[in-house]
Amino acid sequence: MTRVATFEVHYTRLIDRDGRPTQPLPPLAEDRDAMVEMYRAMVLTRTFDTRAIALQRTGRLGTYASSLGQEAIAVGVGVAMTPADVLLPYARDHGAQLLRGVTLTELFLFWGGDERGSNFATPRQDFPVTVPIATHLPHAAGAAMAFKLRGERRAAVCLCGDGATSKGDFYEGLNLAGVWQVPAVFVVCNNAWAISMPRAAQTAAETLAQKAFAAGMSCEQVDGNDVVAVRIAMEAALTRARAGEGPHLIEAITYRLADHTTADDASRYRDDEVVGAHWEDDPIKRIKAYLVDQMDWSKEEEEAVIAACSVEVEAAAEAYLAIPPQPVEAIFDFMYETLPTDLAAQRDALLKEVTRRG
Amino acid sequence: MAELTLVQAVNAALAQAMEEDERVLVLGEDVGVDGGVFRATDGLLDRFGPTRVFDTPLAETVVAGAAIGLAAQGFRPVAEIQFMGFMYSTLDQMISHAARLRWRTRGRLTCPMVLRAPYGGGIRAIEHHSESTEALFAQIPGLRVVIPSAPNRAYGLLLNAIRCPDPVVFLEPKRIYRTIREEVALGTAVAPLDSCFVLNEGRDLTLVSWGASVIETMAVAETLSRDGIGAEVIDVGTLRPLDSATILRSVEKTGRCVIVHEAARTGGFGGEIAARLADEGLLFLQAPVKRVTGYDTVIPLPRLEHHYLPSTDRILTAAREVLAFE
Repeated sequence: MTRVATFEVHYTRLIDRDGRPTQPLPPLAEDRDAMVEMYRAMVLTRTFDTRAIALQRTGRLGTYASSLGQEAIAVGVGVAMTPADVLLPYARDHGAQLLRGVTLTELFLFWGGDERGSNFATPRQDFPVTVPIATHLPHAAGAAMAFKLRGERRAAVCLCGDGATSKGDFYEGLNLAGVWQVPAVFVVCNNAWAISMPRAAQTAAETLAQKAFAAGMSCEQVDGNDVVAVRIAMEAALTRARAGEGPHLIEAITYRLADHTTADDASRYRDDEVVGAHWEDDPIKRIKAYLVDQMDWSKEEEEAVIAACSVEVEAAAEAYLAIPPQPVEAIFDFMYETLPTDLAAQRDALLKEVTRRG
Repeated sequence: MAELTLVQAVNAALAQAMEEDERVLVLGEDVGVDGGVFRATDGLLDRFGPTRVFDTPLAETVVAGAAIGLAAQGFRPVAEIQFMGFMYSTLDQMISHAARLRWRTRGRLTCPMVLRAPYGGGIRAIEHHSESTEALFAQIPGLRVVIPSAPNRAYGLLLNAIRCPDPVVFLEPKRIYRTIREEVALGTAVAPLDSCFVLNEGRDLTLVSWGASVIETMAVAETLSRDGIGAEVIDVGTLRPLDSATILRSVEKTGRCVIVHEAARTGGFGGEIAARLADEGLLFLQAPVKRVTGYDTVIPLPRLEHHYLPSTDRILTAAREVLAFE
């Protein structure tokens, strides 16, 4: 017998759950402004999350997917990207979207059931949230191929959950990215749950990262609650991708502290005590402990960040609530570049009906 | 002008589109060196090179999905699926994303792609290679569904489909890929999207069809004309969005209509045309609208498929029934 191939998956954690370095840290961890920027972005994400759930519970927002507990992934990804890159998010990437320039008001609008929430004013080329699981990995391969064809130093960044790795689209997207060697970085947010299905019931594979090997792609695991580890891994992967060195997959391990969505009741399938234990790994608690221990983060600074995030989210929530729905004919807008005759007739009938009802 | 078969016209339209717009790309399984299983992309790799023509892995979902990503990034991908029977794994991509990207983002991102596939029966193929399920795509808001039935219209319709800013599903009737030759005016796209083609004028009966069945439908019109009966033949060409005005105008004149398609009857697109006639043209009708279609079965394997496909006999019988109705 001859050994024809071997594969290894490496795991990186730079800062432990108590905020202590596990090894010599990269210069980023010495950069107070950068660390505070990430901390603030994570707090802002959670403040948005809390407000979104409150709005949903009072009937002012639609069904909402919380990102509670996985803010470090979204923020680590978002800060590592440059404006020219393109994000293809899944439903729990609010933190990355905010760093890309999507506004809080747009996020509220999207989750509030208004198509305009995906018409971002700033990251004009970023994809909207993809709802059908893993269907956007093929888009990422295509978008990244576009960059390669044009010789642009840009990368496509595509995030998905652990459940997504079971789908054919996931593998087809990775496989194409691998064979075409496109500048794409895939991030699997392994939060241990796909609605009620635990990670172990999803696949017998030892890691989710190793699925990249089947596509001829490099991969790694990182502690998804360690924002520094996520960012460092992302920056390295993006640098290689933009330089034409091919795609990469990062499995970021975290835990879904919230229900699947506001329409879910996780107590039906998992024990509160287990979830409670995972709060020890809270990514926000971790970076805050690091700031306090290593960077003299003061109570005043902490309070200022909390207050500023609250004010920002509150203003956005109010702005969202003040935005009237689109006019009814917006149903027909943007189906085709030019409205076909038969569709125009349907629109006119609707407008007539609305006028009649008054 | 050149005398071309339908598949040559497809090839010529691809070449013309690639010539006039460098954003046009061709991708799919075996479209490169092999030139496509039906040779629709023959010579394109040599002429335009590997940055415009790509072979993909054997995975239809990602063929459609990568085309969406390329289109959202400003390219104009033309993706080939080798047979319509293998398009089903593209449905999620086409329905959930291609058809909705513009709508979902309020026009911020668009999806100007074409998904081409040979479709229909009659080539003595094994199972899954003879499907005619165009109604699946015609049901989807946001998609255009285009089906040529002759070389000239194939050329013009495909060129316009590639230029179109909306996603287009372009189905090519492979039974007549090489059976007809026709003069094609290269460089001009005379066949517009969104309008039916009146192939034969007549005052007594309207025959509506698309794809390869147009051939048998025209033959029936010819037979009827020998009996002094004028059958107007309409090739629908673009199923979605449907130009029902042309069909209604014809039925207003003739009062009688037979719809011919290869696809199974129930839920077939003929039902939509009949419904529009009932809705907007009831008072024009002097006879029930008849459909001559495939049966509500799987399309049979080659030894029986000729019983399934609408034959001139079946079309003629239906036409005579409708003409005799008082």
